[in-house]
Amino acid sequence: MALPAAPRSRHLGRTAALVALLLAVIVLAVGLGSVRLAPGEVLGALWRGLSGAELAGNDVIVWQIRLPRVVMGVVVGACLAVCGGAFQGVFRNPLADPYLLGVASGAGLGATVGIVAGWPRGSIPLAALAAALAAVTVTLALAREGRRFPPTRLILAGVVVGSVLSAFTTFLILRGEDRARQVLAYTLGDLGFSGWRDVATVLPYAVLGCGVLIGLGRALDTLQLGDLTARSLGVPVERLRLLVVIAASLATAAAVAYVGIIGFVGLIVPHVVRLAWGANHRVLLPVSALLGGALLVLADLLARTTPLSQVGVVTTLLGGPFFLWLLRRGRDE
Amino acid sequence: MSREERADTLEAEALHVRAGSFPAVRGVSARFQAGQFAAVIGPNGAGKSTLLRALLGLTRPESGEVRLLGRPLRAWPRPERARTLAYLAQGEALPPDARVRDVVALGRGAGAWKWGLIPTRPWTQADEDAVTGALTRTDTLRFEDRRVSELSGGERQRVSLARALATQPRFLLLDEPTNHLDLAYQLDVIRHVRCEAAGGLGVVAVLHDLGLAARADRLLLLHQGRVLAQGTPEEVLTPPHLHAAYGLRARVTRDAGRLLVIPED
Repeated sequence: MALPAAPRSRHLGRTAALVALLLAVIVLAVGLGSVRLAPGEVLGALWRGLSGAELAGNDVIVWQIRLPRVVMGVVVGACLAVCGGAFQGVFRNPLADPYLLGVASGAGLGATVGIVAGWPRGSIPLAALAAALAAVTVTLALAREGRRFPPTRLILAGVVVGSVLSAFTTFLILRGEDRARQVLAYTLGDLGFSGWRDVATVLPYAVLGCGVLIGLGRALDTLQLGDLTARSLGVPVERLRLLVVIAASLATAAAVAYVGIIGFVGLIVPHVVRLAWGANHRVLLPVSALLGGALLVLADLLARTTPLSQVGVVTTLLGGPFFLWLLRRGRDE
Repeated sequence: MSREERADTLEAEALHVRAGSFPAVRGVSARFQAGQFAAVIGPNGAGKSTLLRALLGLTRPESGEVRLLGRPLRAWPRPERARTLAYLAQGEALPPDARVRDVVALGRGAGAWKWGLIPTRPWTQADEDAVTGALTRTDTLRFEDRRVSELSGGERQRVSLARALATQPRFLLLDEPTNHLDLAYQLDVIRHVRCEAAGGLGVVAVLHDLGLAARADRLLLLHQGRVLAQGTPEEVLTPPHLHAAYGLRARVTRDAGRLLVIPED
């Protein structure tokens, strides 16, 4: 069954504005930095690159340095926001974020092991990705009850796995003091190393994961009525929950492995979208992708151009107070 | 019993169902008819909700059988079953940020899922009309554009009812639909389901309030997972039955044609 027609038209204007915002943020972020480029120059450089012309001068900065970083920001921001929205929906818990089941602490441990052991820089994300997926697998195994994965057990198992892995990470950091700064930088999230090759690695996971989650939007809507009601409407709730967890974990793990742990984007963006666009997942998830992408690029721009220096610091510093405001606002109503 | 009569029924036969490890339903046989409003009553823990879930196919019985329109329930494909049986759970969750019409439209998704997860058919004018019809019949059309969080408890319950009716099922099973509602809204819910039953829907409602249950066409009184009595309200709501089920001494009188149950201290 497709969408009822009404919600689409209702949100068209707002969504168009958000797309415009995303494009403006991209042009702005590509233009700003140690070498400043006016929006016109940025567009010109983008056009020359797309039309296959020889790149020279500032075009190289745009295409080789700024653009991959910005595109990575869009992809990761979109991923975290979509996965956060899907987790909030599937666990019917507004405090759920993409790191709920131990993805972040898994990635953190994997990266730390790699850094402390002095592995080559290029292999660190792979170690993080493998460890992140392993952590979610352990969480699923711990939460399993026969063929079912009850939400409360999943959340509890995620907390346990997260704590244990974080303790390991701390232990390794304390042992390998001289590399502690490097590990910390990873843990706080950084888009600074992103090149086209990293973008190309993360993109398939992001597209697959987010695509599956958006495709499950209608089933997620139905799940909001409760497990029993959703089952009475013919939705196989257990299969849905497992599929969402796997898709979201794949996308999140890939994102976190390459840019580190960026807090609050996955938590906040779906809340903001829900306020303005409503709770319909087929709208909520794609719109969250747009807003998450724009927000992360903006946060990374702040990180590059101010002493805050790392995107994870910016999102947490601004995201924390904003989320508090959001919660208080909800209570006042 | 004629063939047609049999085909329009939801039946339980010697049904045993466990809730976790507890044998909650122990040998219940009952027959619910389309076009009738039946109420399932009994003390807490009598097995009412478990029976309802088994009738819906949400809980697999340990033994015995449920038959829907004369055919064993387990032989029904999941989509057809979802379109034929609608369920209104106890204290059904509604997404607070969703709009009323969108919630009711979810009822149209019943059984229309590929692999149970991807919608299979396009949204049609018939879907739109069914949603409007359900909104109209439950008096919720005038706030179809409001968000659920802006509604009162009674209004939310009517939205849930509309969501269940939008499926256009043959049977509607409700688990304590009047819980936490004030007296006017309780009567309102009962009035709506009576009206639907008069229009041909089979209604089975778990009710706690015996005064409300007395307005049903038929009653099924459960006690410790077994049927203590079934029949018309007059046949079921008798002092000996109430004493056996609830351990209460009660008087049953009539006032303006309605049965009244008056418990004595």
